[in-house]
Parts: sequence; structure tokens; C-alpha cells
Amino acid sequence: MTPVAITMMIIAMVTVWGGLALSLWNLARHPEDEGHLPEEMPHEL
Amino acid sequence: MTTAPAGRSGQAAPARRETFSSRKLFILSAIGSAVGLGNIWRFPYVAYDNGGGAFLIPYLVALLCAGIPLLFLDYSVGHRGRGSAPLAYRRLSKAAEPLGWWQVLICFVIAIYYAAIIAWAAMYAWFSVTKAWGDDAGKFFDSYLKTAPVEDIGVSFDFVSGVFFPMLAVWIVTIVIMVAGVNKGISRANAIFLPLLVVMFVILVVQAVFLPGAMEGLNAFFTPNWEALKNPGVWAAAFGHIFFSLSVAFGIMVTYSSYLKRKTDLTGSGMVVAFANSGFEILAGIGVFAALGFMAAASGQAVSDVASGGIGLAFIAFPTIVSNAPFGAVLGVLFFGSLVFAGLTSLVSILEVIVAAFQDKLGWSRKAATLIVTVPVAVISMLLFPTTTGLYLLDTSDAFVNQFGILACALVTVIVLSAGLTALPKLQKHLNRTSSIKMGTKWRILVGGIAPVALGYMLINEIQTKSTEQYSGYPAWFNGVFGWGMAGALIVGAVLLSLIPWSDKSKLSDPEYDEFEAELAAEDAAEAAAEEVKS
Repeated sequence: MTPVAITMMIIAMVTVWGGLALSLWNLARHPEDEGHLPEEMPHEL
Repeated sequence: MTTAPAGRSGQAAPARRETFSSRKLFILSAIGSAVGLGNIWRFPYVAYDNGGGAFLIPYLVALLCAGIPLLFLDYSVGHRGRGSAPLAYRRLSKAAEPLGWWQVLICFVIAIYYAAIIAWAAMYAWFSVTKAWGDDAGKFFDSYLKTAPVEDIGVSFDFVSGVFFPMLAVWIVTIVIMVAGVNKGISRANAIFLPLLVVMFVILVVQAVFLPGAMEGLNAFFTPNWEALKNPGVWAAAFGHIFFSLSVAFGIMVTYSSYLKRKTDLTGSGMVVAFANSGFEILAGIGVFAALGFMAAASGQAVSDVASGGIGLAFIAFPTIVSNAPFGAVLGVLFFGSLVFAGLTSLVSILEVIVAAFQDKLGWSRKAATLIVTVPVAVISMLLFPTTTGLYLLDTSDAFVNQFGILACALVTVIVLSAGLTALPKLQKHLNRTSSIKMGTKWRILVGGIAPVALGYMLINEIQTKSTEQYSGYPAWFNGVFGWGMAGALIVGAVLLSLIPWSDKSKLSDPEYDEFEAELAAEDAAEAAAEEVKS
């Protein structure tokens, strides 16, 4: 692979997968409001 | 699903709206819906064809300026309206109900042909084991589908058993998932299929990048053509791709978000869904182009000569790669298996739009609504697509429902919500009520300004293209009936379905929603009082 292709590949991975990691981190900082869980929970992961 | 005890007056209270038992399951289901066949077979070629590595720039711009804002719009409509698309839009304004039915009918058209592609992929996973296509995958595809000559184009009832029976299996599996409901069916299926899809696809990518010639494929995929950025068509392609890829504006995200608990981080969850969808696309680009690099090297051609997308990539190029690659059978099972799982989770979400709409309007139980809706949809699908003319019908209905169904409906929806009903401030407030990432004026500008311009530009382009040349070279009557006619019929059908009166048992009068509305009104009043004290 040429240096420019490798650079673009890294930029694509960092922006998109980095964006995913940041979004997950943000979500983890804001946990669910447990008071609003439904009465019945058929299953959990 | 929980059922409330009998009401005060002795009458049975309406069944409570189903809810995703956790935010995690909603996110998994929304990702399962967004990650579909397009992520695997459409994105790699669109990116390659529109500037390679340079495409990342319009892609990210489109994601941030149109995709994510429109995703949040869908979430706010569904979560605030706590209903299927017709009900959620009606709760914004009675006049907006047809928008919801338009989206339901779009989902109906997509569902009937989507099942056929999943069935082909399932069969190809099996064919991969024996490399049944020999050395001419193109010829094999035609003989597998027993496609009639183009002169015989039309609707034949000449069934192809190799497609009919796998399609029947796809419909049975899908209906079983749907009957089980949101928690026991949809979220459980996504909780199994989505991780399976990711694991299978990661193994496929690892195998593909170690094939001889893979680096040349990745070179072709990531080398930027900066000149392409001057071409408005490349920007339109990026906006178009993001728009279709995220499953926005055709009711899915409205329906799924209506099953979320009242206090849910809508924007925080949406960001995860959007970036997970894009993350999967990047992975697909690497896997597909690594494999195409191998194919080019093996046949002594350039990557540009073998690069393709859509049905051609999946059912002609990929089988050729499977035939030549070391451990090709494994590669084939992983690739076609991924298509099956990606397709199934999307098909379930598409059908849920239709089931939820009828359930809400006519007050049917989950099981009744699912069976009354999905069985006829399955029968229509089985009558039209596993036949010798199924491929033509699929090609035309897919092209026209995407452009003159989804795209046109999205344009009308953003214009109606922003300019017609001036609902964006209300929806923005709703998003900000419980979300971690707050939406400001910029969001309203993106949804009410940038999105209509981008969607309008794409729609005009498409109208020009499709009215100056016959799509795929098919006869005018065929494209007229199954393309333009079908797209027009969706609008007429939407208006007619809106005219059907809401049943007394419908979700239109829902104590749960009234309680929700009262809570919102109390919050607004408290806010106004606090403002007054401040001033």
C-alpha cells in the first residue's frame, strides 16, 4: 500500500471507530434511569 | 409485554405499549436495522467510485450534517409521539398522518423484495461449500434464478423452487420473530444475530486481508482522488449513501424509538447507532476491497476492472473469489452468512413499521396484528419474487422505492415538520429533555435547511435521470407500472389509509400517552414559572 493510502485508511479508522468509542464512552457516563425499567423484563443480554 | 389490570370502570384497560427492556437492547436493534445489505455491498463501491480515500470527507460531512440530525428527528417524533409512524405523526398534527402511512407503504415494498435477497444469500452460503458455480459465476446466477429473457419481462407465475423454498424459510423465521414481540422477538433476535454478524465479518476481513493481492485492493480503496471533491455528484452520493444507510425517514427509527422508556438518552444512544453503522461500513470496505484485490491479482486484471457493487458484487464477483481463494468455502460461508444476518435484522425492523401501524390504528393484539399483516405480506412476496421475472421486478421496485419513495417522503417530511408544522422547536426540546448531547439552533438549521436542500438536489437529479432514460433498459410500460406507478400508488394508498377511522380500541386514546403528555405539560409549566421568577 502507498503511504497516502495507508494515511487515509488510518484517518478513516480513527475518525469513525474513534467516534464510536467516544459515543460509547459518553453513553457509559450517562447510565440508564433504573427507575423507569418496565415491570417485566423478559430477558437481558 | 405487560398487560395492565382491569380499569376502574370494570372495562379492560388497553394493553400497555411494549418497551425495550434496556437501552442496550434498543441500541442493538437499531444497529441491526441500520446495518443491512447496503453496508456490505453498497458502501465499498460507492466510496471507491466517488474519490476513494477522499470520499471520507463528504461522507463524514453528510453523516454529521444530515444523517445524525435526521436520525435524531426520527427519534424525537417516535419517542415523543409514543406510537408507530402514522400515530406519532398524527400526534404532531392530524394532517401529518399520511406521512406515517407513506412510510409504512414504503416498508411494505422493501419487505417484499428484501426477503428474496436474503433467500439467495442463504442459498449461496450453501453453494459456497461445493463452489456450485464452477468457473462462471455470472452464468450460474442466471441459471439459479432461471431469469426469463428480457423480452419476456413482466409478472410470471413460473416459480423457481431453488428460490421459493428458501424464501418460505426466511418468511417463517421472520414471522416467528415478529409474533414474539418487541422484547421476546425483535430484541432477542438482534441480541443473537448482530454479535454473530460482527464476529463472522471480522473473521472474513482478517481472512481477506491476508489473501495475495489484498494490499492492491486496499490501495485502490483508500487512495484519495482529491479532484473528485470538486464534483457535486460525489457530495450527492455521500449524502445519498448516508441517508439510505442509517434507515432514516422511513418509519423504522420512529417505530423503534416509540418503544423506549420515557427517560432515555436519545441523542447519546443515536450517536452510538450512527457511528456503529459507519464503523461497520469501513470494515466492509476493507473486507470487500481486500477480496477484490485478490480477484484482480488472480485474474491478471486491474482492481478497477473487477470492482463492482450490489448484486453483481455479491452474487458474481464474490463467488469468483470464493472459487479461487485458499479456504474459499469458509470465506463464502462467512460472506453470505453475514448478508443473511444483516438482512434478517433489517427485515424485522422494516416489518415492525407495518405491524405497529396497524396494531395502533385498529387496536389489535400483538399476535393478531403480526399475523394479519405479515402473512399477506409474505404471500405477496412469495407470489412476485421467486419467479423467472422476480429479478426484474426486484431491480425496478428497489430503484424506484428508494428514490421516489424514501427520498421523496423524507423531503416532504422535513419540509412539513420544519416549515408546515414548525414542530422543530418542540422536538428539539423533547430531545434535550433527557439526552446527554443537547441539540441547539444548529440542529434546527441542519434539519430544516441543509437536509431539504440536499434531499431536494438528489431528488431532482433522480427525476431527471429516470425520466430521460429507461431504467436498466427495461420497457417503458414495465418501469411505468412497477416504478413510477408503484411510487405514485404509495402516496394514494397513504391518503386512503389515513381516511380509515381510528378504532375505539386504537392507541389514539391511550391513558399511558395522556399521562406522558401531562408530565410534559407539567414540566413546561414548572419551567415557565421558574423563568418568571428569574425575570
